[in-house]
Amino acid sequence: MTMIDKSLTDLLYGFSVAFQPHNLVWSIFGVVAGNLIGVLPGLGALAAISILLPLTYTMAPVAAILMLAGIFYGSMYGGAIGAILLNLPVHSPHAVTCLDGYPLTKNGRGGAALGVAMIASFFAASVGILVMVFFSPLLVEVAFKFGPTEVFSIMLLGLLAGSTMAKGSAVKGVAMTLLGLLLGIAGTDVDTGMTRFTFGLLPLDDGVDLVALCMGLFGVGEFLLSVNRMAVVGSGLKMRLRDMRPSKEELKKSFFPMLRGTAVGTFFGVLPGTGPTITTFVAYALERKVSKTPERFGHGAIEGVASPEAASHSKTQVDFIPTMTLGIPGDAVMALILGALLIQGIQPGPQLIIAHPDIFWGLIASFWVGNLLLVLLNVPLIGLWVKLLQVPYKYLFPSALFFIAVGCYSTQNSLFQVGEVLVFGIVGAILIYLEFSVAPILLGYVLGPMVEENFRRALLISHGDMMVFIHRPISAWFLGACAALILVQVAAFIIKKRRRPRPDGETPANRRMHFMDNET
Amino acid sequence: MRKRAINKDYYGGALMILFGLGAVFDGFSYGVGSLRHMGSGFFPAAIGALLALVGVMTAIEGLGRKSAAVGQDASPEWRGWLCILGGIVAFIVLGEYTGLLPATFAIVFISALGDRKNSVKVAAILALSMCVVAVIVFWWALQLQFPLLQWGAR
Repeated sequence: MTMIDKSLTDLLYGFSVAFQPHNLVWSIFGVVAGNLIGVLPGLGALAAISILLPLTYTMAPVAAILMLAGIFYGSMYGGAIGAILLNLPVHSPHAVTCLDGYPLTKNGRGGAALGVAMIASFFAASVGILVMVFFSPLLVEVAFKFGPTEVFSIMLLGLLAGSTMAKGSAVKGVAMTLLGLLLGIAGTDVDTGMTRFTFGLLPLDDGVDLVALCMGLFGVGEFLLSVNRMAVVGSGLKMRLRDMRPSKEELKKSFFPMLRGTAVGTFFGVLPGTGPTITTFVAYALERKVSKTPERFGHGAIEGVASPEAASHSKTQVDFIPTMTLGIPGDAVMALILGALLIQGIQPGPQLIIAHPDIFWGLIASFWVGNLLLVLLNVPLIGLWVKLLQVPYKYLFPSALFFIAVGCYSTQNSLFQVGEVLVFGIVGAILIYLEFSVAPILLGYVLGPMVEENFRRALLISHGDMMVFIHRPISAWFLGACAALILVQVAAFIIKKRRRPRPDGETPANRRMHFMDNET
Repeated sequence: MRKRAINKDYYGGALMILFGLGAVFDGFSYGVGSLRHMGSGFFPAAIGALLALVGVMTAIEGLGRKSAAVGQDASPEWRGWLCILGGIVAFIVLGEYTGLLPATFAIVFISALGDRKNSVKVAAILALSMCVVAVIVFWWALQLQFPLLQWGAR
């Protein structure tokens, strides 16, 4: 009981932080900017956050993190609009929303679908926030018992889950994580002062730049692959305010799917390393299985919109739990937010709630403010978003390229960073072309130095005995989970090999998703 | 246009083996140390070895697999690629020697020409409007430390 009381008091404190004018303004700015960028074709949450990340360097930590979080869930709302109205999975978690959202638009119920998506999103986000409020302190209590051994093992689990459960081949995902780890430890080794992988370039002594890495992989790399290949999107679409009101029938049909979607999202949010894409797909599949009329799916079933949208939003919120309390990001976007915190000199982990209660509780409270604002914002502005969706790619990418270049320059006031973007852009394009999913690189990059540090410390304490990771019970559990994860993958691989020929004939929608997949 | 299908898993695997072995090689030059007292090279070498191993597994996974999803990577897009990369290079060079305005114009103008549907006129208008954004947002509002116009290396 006291625990709940305490959480509620802390939450009130959080609201007082979130409502400080300075913080509120930045939070609103983030939400609006995220929504805007999320609507633009070809730019997802990752691109949005990395473009605006340099802005935060001069900001106070609380305002900075509120803004970045706002961009994140703001862009999720934006993504749903493109998916439903134009069959355009602006970013991959919304690909599944297209399946029923677009048919609804063709049937003239696109507005209602958007309305349902928004209601479901808001509801799911609220549930996710509540889970975060009451679950985080519990997790923190456990996390305080963690030494370097446990931290290493749980990071290993997070990395492994992040790379194998993302999209595409699990082995390739692991390869990308390892590559990320190597990139993460480039620069000066804090223990010995030795510089590693710098190729004699002095600016690399401080390590690879986070913003340059992101914008290279997810911005430039993506442009290189989409230039002259991005299809022209439909025009002549009109959307008015009153079209957005779903009928009673539609609301009733989407109520339980919304609940189920929220539950799926919450569950996957607590599991580290599961991307939002897989979450929405599971939610959709579940809905289809539960439905009495599965044949309606794919032809405009409102349940197929409500459930995945709810899932992606509850997951988005719950995802912040491991990131903030354990310092282990669930996916690439979270890794980016973690990196932003580190730049601000704040170490996420069990101490965060106590050392920086303003950040933690302020962030939670701002989620509510931001989500409410998004609903209020999206209803009147829907006409504008629809227009924005039709901004041709040929204007969009040159402008975005300029923002990327200036943004990278501004991180250190140096053109060297722009050069880094160029290199990572080429590398990213090659990797995406070879069907690697590049998102795990970011996960590895952010965790790299921490993994190394904890590995070293754990073995220093145990005098070089590797068995320490098995002898300590909590650590052993995590390693056991790692082993289970690998076994599942191996089993899946063997089953797939037996069932030849491999079904590589993907559907167009599927292929496009694969193509746009960078934020699993 | 017919293309020779390549097995992406072979190439991807080979690339990972290359990266991995490079890291192992580099790691040894930093000093590996012992498990009890790890040198700077221990972790990179270990990760590199794992990466090379995973590279081998990637290639094995691709055994007998025909290159998938041929539709998405049709003919090479040299014009687009060169313009995007050239735009960034121009930004770096012009930024270093002539300042923000020429650099802004160059990156937008050159990369816009990479899209076949853009004419020179459209690209120029887009580039000029981005120059306005550069002055108002970055130079005036955000006070970016980047001279608008200058001559010679900084």
